[in-house]
Amino acid sequence: MQRPEPRDEVEMLALMLLIRRFEERASQQYQAQKIGGFCHLYIGQEAVVVGAIAAVREDDYVITAYRDHAHALARGTSADACMAELFGKETGCSRGLGGSMHFFDRSRHMYGGHAIVGAHVPLAAGMAFASKYRTEDRVTLCFFGDGAINQGSFHEALNLIALFKLPVVLICENNLFAMGTSVKRSTSLKQIVDRAEGYDIPGEIVDGMNFREVRDKLAEIVCSIRKDPHPAFVEIRTYRYRGHSMSDPASYRTKDELEKYRLDDPITRLRAQLTREGKLTNEKFDQIDKHAKETVLAAVKFAEKSPELPLERLYDYTYVNSVVAGVSPAKPKESAADTAATTR
Amino acid sequence: MREITYRQALNEALAEELERDPNVFLMGEEVAEYNGAYKVSQGLLDRFGPKRIIDTPISENGFAGLGVGAAMVGLRPIIEFMTFSFSLVAFDQVVNNAPNMFTMSGGQFNIPITFRGPNGPAHQLGATHSHATEPLYANAPGLKVCTPATPRDAKGLLKTAVRDDNPVLVLEAELLYSSKGMVESPDEELLIPLGEAEVKREGSDVSIICYAQTVPLALAVAAQLEDEDISAEIVDLRSIKPLDEKAIFDSVAKTHRVVIVEQDRPFCGVGAEVCYRIQKNIFDELDAPIMRVSQEDVPMPYNERLEKAVLPNAGKLIATVKRVCYA
Repeated sequence: MQRPEPRDEVEMLALMLLIRRFEERASQQYQAQKIGGFCHLYIGQEAVVVGAIAAVREDDYVITAYRDHAHALARGTSADACMAELFGKETGCSRGLGGSMHFFDRSRHMYGGHAIVGAHVPLAAGMAFASKYRTEDRVTLCFFGDGAINQGSFHEALNLIALFKLPVVLICENNLFAMGTSVKRSTSLKQIVDRAEGYDIPGEIVDGMNFREVRDKLAEIVCSIRKDPHPAFVEIRTYRYRGHSMSDPASYRTKDELEKYRLDDPITRLRAQLTREGKLTNEKFDQIDKHAKETVLAAVKFAEKSPELPLERLYDYTYVNSVVAGVSPAKPKESAADTAATTR
Repeated sequence: MREITYRQALNEALAEELERDPNVFLMGEEVAEYNGAYKVSQGLLDRFGPKRIIDTPISENGFAGLGVGAAMVGLRPIIEFMTFSFSLVAFDQVVNNAPNMFTMSGGQFNIPITFRGPNGPAHQLGATHSHATEPLYANAPGLKVCTPATPRDAKGLLKTAVRDDNPVLVLEAELLYSSKGMVESPDEELLIPLGEAEVKREGSDVSIICYAQTVPLALAVAAQLEDEDISAEIVDLRSIKPLDEKAIFDSVAKTHRVVIVEQDRPFCGVGAEVCYRIQKNIFDELDAPIMRVSQEDVPMPYNERLEKAVLPNAGKLIATVKRVCYA
């Protein structure tokens, strides 16, 4: 089994930078009240998703939890579509109907964006089941946080995945905190990876601040899965620099702890590796960063000027291929906006 | 036409759809080697093999979610709950994941899945095993809910459900699996649209609106009422959602009196919705207040006498019909 051509590392660094600049700008726009609901930022964890995506094919399946902006961006969804989704616009990757926690991009095999903790792990089982059913050699990457591993759906899914030998890489992005509760306070294990052992799934711990380690470990696992479908579990140790969501000041952890991780920043680290090896100059880095910032700023402009889904299409995305009598009312008119939901 | 049981009708529907579309598979507890807890999947493992007829562990949330995930990438799963009382363990998958995906993804992912299995109170199974789940699921936009009462409807609705591109719940009537009825011969394609009620008996004095296990009850009561010169029209909803408002309104416009007899509980039950729609749309057609006969609003007791008192029965239905007829 051939591994895919290694993706250019400078490109991968650029992707990590795009994610970081996107999240910084999302944070700013959230504070400016352009973005509603909850907004969970990925800053600090960029090497996890970019490393993992660098190890798979474009037609492999990706599914994740609610901290999902980065997964869409890493899959190739445009910053425009991502920012427009945060703004609730029709041009968003989920037409503004999903929001921050529900990014989807079918054409890029990004299967969401799921906001009930652990509830998407059974979905990953189903996607992988379908691959095996059709004897395809696709692999499903299922990302989840350390908070998911104590949820029933996670355990049920792991048992099914192991029982049916499904081609899934279970990727635990362990950023040490489920919202404000540390792994120590939530989990009866010394290390999360031991959960896998309970289901006879091979597990490994990976340094999530090191892009190359994530990519190489994942590439090895994915290659083995393609030869013979089976599950694998990786606990990728990482850190989010921001609070759980925009409304969380993260007072449950110390500045020293945050500083310690910042010194090990995944972007700085890959930059240093590439610079040392003569593959990247400071000028090139600045140019990449400038481009990322410009892309994201343009995305904000795009989102701002994009239209919202017209009110008369409110009922278009509840059922597919059917006019459902007794369910869909006569389409509400724009002028009847405030009564639309109750005029049945 | 030939006479078969409700169970056989469902079995034929499954076999025909499995035969027709290789993307269809059946998954659930005891569906394969045990041939189904209620024998609905009898013989399917032998015929279609373990790739398509799949036993699961007792893990409703897990395999319901697996079905939703498989549907996201183009398969058409039929997920059997051994009973819909157990579907409550998978409530998050059925209510949060299956119907919301199409909206949340801005129309990118529809979920062509069928959840099926017995539903409604059976006989002395106690509170945990006696749920009529239809009002719970009909409340979730994005789901369709049907409740066949006859072998013919069971076959036709299940086949339609499997072909529907949305998540559909086929709530089978646990007490009716062995009941018999006339069904088209297997070489005739039988598809009954979701959202079409059926008048099971014509009448002129009162409309009895019913579904699932209350259909045979209503038909029996109608025969009894005939002796007392009350002509009851029996409207079987067949689908709870979409709801066939036209069939309901047509019948009410004819009889001007309505009793809704339902197998669920009264509070926020199916009858409450039907009642609301009738009075909102054709208030002037009514000659009497709309009445409902449902379960009593208590968890189901095990004791047989008490259980009977909780459920709708002929005595309650006749008395209620007489009240709306001022008889």
